Amino acid sequence: MDYFLTEQQKTIKELARRIAEERVLPVRAELDEKEEFPWDIVKELAAADMFRVFVPEEYDGLGGGCLDLCIVTEELSRVCSGIAVTYAASALGCMTLMEYGTDEQKHKFLPDIASGKKLSAFAITEPTAGSDAANIKTTADKVEGGYLLNGTKQFITNGGEAEIYTVIALTDKTRGARGASAIIVEKDTEGFTFGKKEKKMGIRTSATRELVFRNCLVPEENLLGRAGLGFIQAMRLFDKSRPGIGAQAVGLCQGALEAATDYAEERVQFDQHLITMPVIQQMLADMSIQTEAARALVYAAARYVDSGAKDVTEPSAASKVFASDAAMKVAMDAVQICGGSGYMRDYPVEKMMRDAKILQIYEGTNQILRGAIAANLRKRKARTA
Amino acid sequence: MNIVICLKQVPGTTEVKIDPETNTLIRQGIENIINPFDTYALEEGVRLKEKHGGKVTVITMGPPQAEAALRESVSLGADEAVLLSDRAFAGADTWATANTLAKAVAKLGKYDLIICGRQTIDGDTGQVGPEMAEMLKIPFVAYVSKIEETKEGYLRVSRMVEEGHEVIETTLPAVITVAKEINVPRLPSLRGIMKSKSAAINTWGIKELGVDASEVGLAGSSTQVIKIFFPQRVSSAEILTGDAAAQVDKLIDKLKSANLI
Repeated sequence: MDYFLTEQQKTIKELARRIAEERVLPVRAELDEKEEFPWDIVKELAAADMFRVFVPEEYDGLGGGCLDLCIVTEELSRVCSGIAVTYAASALGCMTLMEYGTDEQKHKFLPDIASGKKLSAFAITEPTAGSDAANIKTTADKVEGGYLLNGTKQFITNGGEAEIYTVIALTDKTRGARGASAIIVEKDTEGFTFGKKEKKMGIRTSATRELVFRNCLVPEENLLGRAGLGFIQAMRLFDKSRPGIGAQAVGLCQGALEAATDYAEERVQFDQHLITMPVIQQMLADMSIQTEAARALVYAAARYVDSGAKDVTEPSAASKVFASDAAMKVAMDAVQICGGSGYMRDYPVEKMMRDAKILQIYEGTNQILRGAIAANLRKRKARTA
Repeated sequence: MNIVICLKQVPGTTEVKIDPETNTLIRQGIENIINPFDTYALEEGVRLKEKHGGKVTVITMGPPQAEAALRESVSLGADEAVLLSDRAFAGADTWATANTLAKAVAKLGKYDLIICGRQTIDGDTGQVGPEMAEMLKIPFVAYVSKIEETKEGYLRVSRMVEEGHEVIETTLPAVITVAKEINVPRLPSLRGIMKSKSAAINTWGIKELGVDASEVGLAGSSTQVIKIFFPQRVSSAEILTGDAAAQVDKLIDKLKSANLI
């Protein structure tokens, strides 16, 4: 298939693939096994300008959009989904800043994110606020000299490794979600520490950690946009970032499909290569169809986001749901084709199957997102009735 | 520090086929790459520039499509690129190649260090670097695996020899050829690739170099390829029998009769 990428996008894709194959592939099993944060790979990505892709040109970026980010994420995820999410999470961490920040705020933080010198992270989830994202408890009381943060954020990707955090906290707790605000917190701020580092099923090279705020004073100028809009800002952010999770899923599909095809070409049973057996052919064909359909939907949603359209909730959610369900299915079938070997950690599909599960969970579970899509269907129906 | 890198575009395979009629490589359908050993030379040059300032100029002699190798070099950090391309350069042996490159280096003006790969993967001679140094009348060090120190007019390197390493000091300008142990070449950056697409590539022929056609290419070559062929592989083995002492005696007799001991 040809998705008519621009010359620049083709260049980005080609280089991202080279990094994935030449630098990530040799260390992927070890990173997964040791659950080590991939600093060497982050440095490679930085040197190759990959963190510039999603940052506007005036802040030392290359000015790419959602599709460009998806292309890099997909290529990295084809080899290692844990690396892909580490990369994409740094984009997620600064998207609110790019959207609502002042020129001064952007000049202060974006160039270091673009160069890859600093990673960023986004923090909304809390022990009480998962799918019920509005139920956050972390407070940011207005005091002299800024905001005083108290509370705990949970399951934060790049937690502990990132330098720049976008934190959603209640600046007015009497108003609940309508009293939430987005505030930038830098790593070495007093009163900001890191809690438990999670041990995960998959994407194990990525860091997932608690952020703990105890009377952490953040300067007033770190508030992004207006106070009280934090929850809406976060929901809009996810509307734009979900194709990125879809792209991670597409990359995983592609990697699993290739691994299963390679295995089927080599493996001989009953005196014939698996790939010549109709039952395997049917499975591989379905995997290929799922992969390509997911890619087409993800690219279409990403382009729609890049067009500046306002009503991106549905296509964006749809691309994430479809692609992540496809990834789970394709990864499971890849393990099935590889049989006993596929279940062993020596083969990459075992890791891919573990990595795939999170895609159906984070940035909105697929059930929550189907609910959002259905809610939009009802709204449309009500409007036309 | 002004650094010149000489590199060559080669077929990206070690399984080359030879046209029996013309005795030349069949290049159709084979992707061309920068000679792998030369990528270490380029990387080392770019690292020296990043540390000490100055600029990196890459030179290659080849057909017009060798421009791709120069653009790739720019994406990897080279500042300027010169393509030596002229029908008169065709068919050059190492001597004529070194002569052409040396003339080009001289035309560039002031330079401190010339870095080449230890050899190419197609010709495999490893002669062009040292020949150039002779022609330019400057020092030469081969198989450099580490640059230990450099300052104005001075260079200290470690080079690989069979039994270990030698540390050599030299004045600059000089020519060095590098081994792959010297570094791990970087991947290009997106900004580098974009810059390379619009980079100016200077093309010089015999006119620009001010050389006579008789000094370069096939005409300027003192060697000529008469025939290229795959050697016939013959292997014969003889198993010695008897107890250990008898086997040793037989072996010594054999080695003596072959004048090996």
